[in-house]
Amino acid sequence: MSESMIKAEGVHKRFGRNEVLKGITLDVAAGEVMCLLGPSGSGKSTFLRCINHLEKINAGRIWVDGSLVGYRQKGDVLHEIPEREVAREREQIGMVFQRFNLFGHMTAVQNIIEAPIKVRGTKPDAARAEAKVLMDRVGLGDRLDAYPAQLSGGQQQRVAIARALAMKPKLMLFDEPTSALDPELVGEVLDVMRGLAADGMTMVVVTHETGFAREVADTVVFMDDGVVVESGDPVAVFENPQHARTQAFLSKVL
Amino acid sequence: MADADQLSEPAPAPAASVEIKAVPVRRPGRLIAGVLIIVVAAALVKSVATNPRFGWGTVGHYLFAPTVMEGLVKTIELTILSMIIGIAIGVLLAVMRLSPNPIVVAASGFYIWLFRGTPVLVQLLFWAFIAALYPVISLGVPFGPAVVNLDANTLITPFVAVLLGLGLNEGAYMSEIVRAGLLSVDEGQEEAAKALGMRRMMTMRRVILPQAMRVIIPPTGNETIGMLKTTSLVSVLAYTELLYAVQLIYATNYKQIPLLIVASIWYLVLTTILSIGQYFIERHYGRGTARSAPPTLLARIWQSFSTWRHTRVEVPEISRHGQ
Ligand SMILES: Nc1ncnc2c1ncn2[C@@H]1O[C@H](COP(=O)(O)OP(=O)(O)O)[C@@H](O)[C@H]1O
Ligand SMILES: [Mg+2]
Repeated sequence: MSESMIKAEGVHKRFGRNEVLKGITLDVAAGEVMCLLGPSGSGKSTFLRCINHLEKINAGRIWVDGSLVGYRQKGDVLHEIPEREVAREREQIGMVFQRFNLFGHMTAVQNIIEAPIKVRGTKPDAARAEAKVLMDRVGLGDRLDAYPAQLSGGQQQRVAIARALAMKPKLMLFDEPTSALDPELVGEVLDVMRGLAADGMTMVVVTHETGFAREVADTVVFMDDGVVVESGDPVAVFENPQHARTQAFLSKVL
Repeated sequence: MADADQLSEPAPAPAASVEIKAVPVRRPGRLIAGVLIIVVAAALVKSVATNPRFGWGTVGHYLFAPTVMEGLVKTIELTILSMIIGIAIGVLLAVMRLSPNPIVVAASGFYIWLFRGTPVLVQLLFWAFIAALYPVISLGVPFGPAVVNLDANTLITPFVAVLLGLGLNEGAYMSEIVRAGLLSVDEGQEEAAKALGMRRMMTMRRVILPQAMRVIIPPTGNETIGMLKTTSLVSVLAYTELLYAVQLIYATNYKQIPLLIVASIWYLVLTTILSIGQYFIERHYGRGTARSAPPTLLARIWQSFSTWRHTRVEVPEISRHGQ
């Protein structure tokens, strides 16, 4: 268990009577890039949100870097952990959203330094210097003081990635990071993600970009209707899908 | 996003474009309405200026009278303090309304039901007579021993009674305004803050509230102007704000109309200042958004001046004839 960054066992999630996750079991090793594919509504976003406890799971267990997400186990009994500790767990997990979710009233730099200063207690000068480095890294070193509304979708998403990286996470979750982008802006975001993967970041990426998955992913997981239908090496899953549902889905997106 | 780009780089005019010179459509209705309004306005001005019973001399004499000035200061003081109390309570109630704890939600709902459901004048009278209800106010453990006992009449001075009456009532109205503001902020903002490890209260303070301000400010401006005028109700408690100050004067000299005009002039001056202040505050909280809330009448006038001076559009023009 020590070398896996995420370990999920029999994860179930219900919204009311609607069971969205029906027993997800998977393992992401440190440094691994996993791409999650599947039709809309299959529970991909919900599963990502369970990993950083934005959703509470109804059954099963998730561990991140060896510690149980959202609970502490004493004997056979699970105890919820207080908000303070949930927040501390989330600090270590970067998340990038389909709709960027940059703070609209803050400039790019303010977006990036907000959490390091307020949550981590980093000195403002150090945080700002760090933000500059990150903005250079995502290719936006000249747009430090732009407000989100003044940036293109691709630029906003790159700032959002920089914002997540500023907390020095050991794991990054991406929920369809390029789905809201015009086609010509997709490449610049994928390039940044490629760079991250090359640097050894552990990543779970929900995406419909099969080209990216094929090239960057170590593992591809195909989800449908709340279960993992098929998973494995990208070449195997894409070239030679075993299940009818996977075949049907891939024939639509490829 | 794309709009912002287009604003800064206007499309080049097509070659060989010729300025259109056309005879505008005749609109006789507009002309008649305009003339009519000017005629009526002129008649009104003449009557106001020449009717001696308006007593313009008296108005001028009392406009800066010490009693009036003291009342004016009290009115400003009451407006500011009760709005501060109202906004603080409003934010608290609105955040309580969104709490996961049902008892907290119910308490907030009850407060709003009570204070919005009774006339503010009745509430003011209640606070004025609170000493009859609770002669001694005890601070200590509920149902347990009291730590301090305070005489209600010394604790609830007329000023405190008035402030409580206006502020607590305002809190109920402000809470609805703040709640609408909080709900106007995209859920993704809270989600992103949480994912960064920010806690509920910090997220509220740093992320949600500042963005809710854009929605909260305009109606709060209206509330403040409303409060300025509501303070005049306090005159029934013999509290010497602006209206009661002029009442004191006309009780001795019987020049009611001129003195009411004095009060009205000051109310108008204050509401005008507030409207201008509101414009600048709205502009501050509108930063970072390409499309801010539609400008007020005043904002539009201001904008036409500033575009005339700098020939640079900062706020997207809202077409009056649009749609
Ligand atoms: N907060 C929620 N409340 C109720 N139902 C939800 C909520 N979030 C997601 N769902 C439902 O869960 C199902 C899976 O959603 P989601 O995880 O977003 O799928 P995907 O990301 O694979 O498209 C959908 O049917 C959706 O309607
Ligand atoms: Mg989704």
